[in-house]
Amino acid sequence: MTTANPRAAAIDMDLPPHARHVPQSHWRNHHDEAEAAKLGMWLFLATEVLLFAGFFCAYAGLRLLHEGNWIAASHYYLDWRIGAFNTCVLLLSSFTVVLAIRGAQTNRQGMILLNLFITEICAATFLVLKLWLEYWPKWQKGELVGAFFSYGNPQGTHDHLFLSVYWIATATHGFHVLVGMFVIAWAMWKAWKGHYGPKHYTSLENVGLYWHLVDVIWIFLFPLLYLA
Amino acid sequence: MSGHHDVSYLAPKETWWKTVYSWMFTIDHKKIGLMYLTSVIAAFFLGGIFALLVRLELWAPTQTETVGETSRVIGQLFHGDPAKGITGNNIYNRMFTLHGVVMVFLFIIPSIPASLGNFFLPIMLGAKDVAFPRLNLFSWFLYVTGGIVAVAGLLLGGAETGWTFYTPYSTTTSWGSVTAMVSAAFILGFSSILTGINFVVTVHKLRVPGMGWFDMPLFVWAMYATAIIQVLATPVIGITLLLLVFERIFKIGIFDPGLGGDPVLFQHFFWFYSHPAVYIMILPGMGVVSELIAVHCRKRIFGYRAIAFSSIAIAAISFLVWGHHLFTSETAAANIVFSALTFLVAVPTAIKVFNWVATMYKASIAINTPMLYAMAFLFNFTIGGLTGPPLATLATDMHLHDTYFVVAHFHYVMMGGTVFAFIGALHHWWPKMFGKMYNEKWAMLATALVVIGFNVTFFTQFFLGTQGMPRRYATYVPEFTTLHRISTFGSWLIAAGFLIHLPVFIHSLVAGPRAARNPWGGLTFEWETDSPPIEHNFPHEPVITHGPYDFDTVVPPNCDPKEWPLPDQELVKRVHGAH
Repeated sequence: MTTANPRAAAIDMDLPPHARHVPQSHWRNHHDEAEAAKLGMWLFLATEVLLFAGFFCAYAGLRLLHEGNWIAASHYYLDWRIGAFNTCVLLLSSFTVVLAIRGAQTNRQGMILLNLFITEICAATFLVLKLWLEYWPKWQKGELVGAFFSYGNPQGTHDHLFLSVYWIATATHGFHVLVGMFVIAWAMWKAWKGHYGPKHYTSLENVGLYWHLVDVIWIFLFPLLYLA
Repeated sequence: MSGHHDVSYLAPKETWWKTVYSWMFTIDHKKIGLMYLTSVIAAFFLGGIFALLVRLELWAPTQTETVGETSRVIGQLFHGDPAKGITGNNIYNRMFTLHGVVMVFLFIIPSIPASLGNFFLPIMLGAKDVAFPRLNLFSWFLYVTGGIVAVAGLLLGGAETGWTFYTPYSTTTSWGSVTAMVSAAFILGFSSILTGINFVVTVHKLRVPGMGWFDMPLFVWAMYATAIIQVLATPVIGITLLLLVFERIFKIGIFDPGLGGDPVLFQHFFWFYSHPAVYIMILPGMGVVSELIAVHCRKRIFGYRAIAFSSIAIAAISFLVWGHHLFTSETAAANIVFSALTFLVAVPTAIKVFNWVATMYKASIAINTPMLYAMAFLFNFTIGGLTGPPLATLATDMHLHDTYFVVAHFHYVMMGGTVFAFIGALHHWWPKMFGKMYNEKWAMLATALVVIGFNVTFFTQFFLGTQGMPRRYATYVPEFTTLHRISTFGSWLIAAGFLIHLPVFIHSLVAGPRAARNPWGGLTFEWETDSPPIEHNFPHEPVITHGPYDFDTVVPPNCDPKEWPLPDQELVKRVHGAH
């Protein structure tokens, strides 16, 4: 799939992998390649924001149609303390991913691995709490989307609409957290092989950017859904 | 830079399976561009067949009078069964839906950017490839997957909803497979987004040193503006289609009035993407027209910066006008705002048309197929553009909404605009891509058939529309018969034209004469490469010595740019060091 990269011939194999990264052959130098990768990631993040914008617009449109019901449903069905704890978990994970990048910048390989590991644990905690403390009880009680709503004691006439937006927005966000876990695991594997160092940590930075976006989306979802 | 392959990118490998593998898993933007090219052309013919079937159905006012046997066969193909209550109307619905879905998502959105953009954007910038070649291949795989899902959906009966998938019909109908068609569009959308990201980064980061933004060819500006829209707008159709599928499968109720939702919300979501999408369709065509006119009139483009900035302005304003698709569903206040903004978007568009015409003034106009299509673009796109304001005007739109006037308008801009530009571009860059020339006489005959046929088909539809013929109706009152028959006849002329274009291209590949490096005398970088280009495009990174349209300053009087030599190789070697 790739043709032989002529620049690969001249590297010193005694250096660790992060010091002998060779840019792809269509790039003039490593700096251009790194900058381009980051620009590409920022553009991808813009597309993710627009994707979630659909959920926020649906929320806005439906809340305007059924205002009182909406706010009451938020208090009735959601426990803000679980949401708040999950928010702290994600904020911590964003901090640790930045520490991992700092580790790469200062060539402390252990720091990279430890912080990525903590990030992964935080992501898992987020998902487990969501599934165990929120999704599972809701499923059991029938607090489901739209026409599947079967909870015996609704507090308003349009509870199912609020829950529809809650379920699809948080499920899509949760899917992005899950994808993030795979991507962080990949970064951990690359860090284990010594691919990140002061001269080269582009993909680690991009993983970090993606993770920050996942965090930021939750920062908006949390108050809109839990603190309405 | 040593170690480059100096063979053509089309050269086969040692064994046939190595050749196949080298195409299936290529990261060469040229090969990927060619694969997209074959697919979009195939999609165009598929969508065209549906169009011919639609026009055939409209030959007569009611179904029973149309050719009986054909209807039966088509009916069986699309799961028609009168015993089950699936009548000719349902089959007709599927045909225009599939025409729309295939043409919009499989053909026109990817058409110029994914095929010619992929091929020529890096070369025009002096680069060896796009910014993310492997992502490019992934985009291609996504396109193929989306195409397979679309064909699968087609075989499952397609959909009856129109390509716009309006709720509540799209969320409640059980006929055909709305989920399959919508999933196909979702996957194709991701292909579009990733291509957009690739192009934006390529333009920012892979220009040859010395090439500033205003030294780029206008085709590149057009690709850039298109890519911005692709990146920002396409995710919105993604979420819209996702919500539609959730509504169908999980009955979430956000578009269902019975559950407290709002069906017009879907229309807002849908058009928030689909209006910018039409600018994804036309901007590349406009970029092509800038190239065609400059080269074939051998004249500096009039108002380069105006055209460049207009492309960006069109991209920006395109996000503000989606409401003009739902004038009949909105409040008066919203209508007024959207109507005013829609008039605004016409301004940069018109600036471009004036500039192209001004470029042609006192120029040395070559008459060949690319130039004929460029001129056809100017004439037909202008008609399309001028029939937009009657739709943007609230008072007249109340009468024209959902009539054939709308159908004629958008076919004039999409086909009379984008498709004509696409075919002109194909002829213009054919010798470069394949190293073979096509037969100009037969191509011009095909051009005449296509352009005349197109106008016969669609000009009559303006009259049908103003007289009240609704769109998406399989039957009509007998008073409309003559106009419909003329329109159907026109569709056969278009078909004849394309059935000549295709063999002209195939013949050129098989037995056409070898093409020169620069058959038209262009000054942009692609004309400095071999025909066809080598694998890495350039043996040494090109040095920029003049602007893309400097016909008046670079080429001495009475000197033919076709014979214009490559830049001084000694200069190139000195700049890059002796490699």
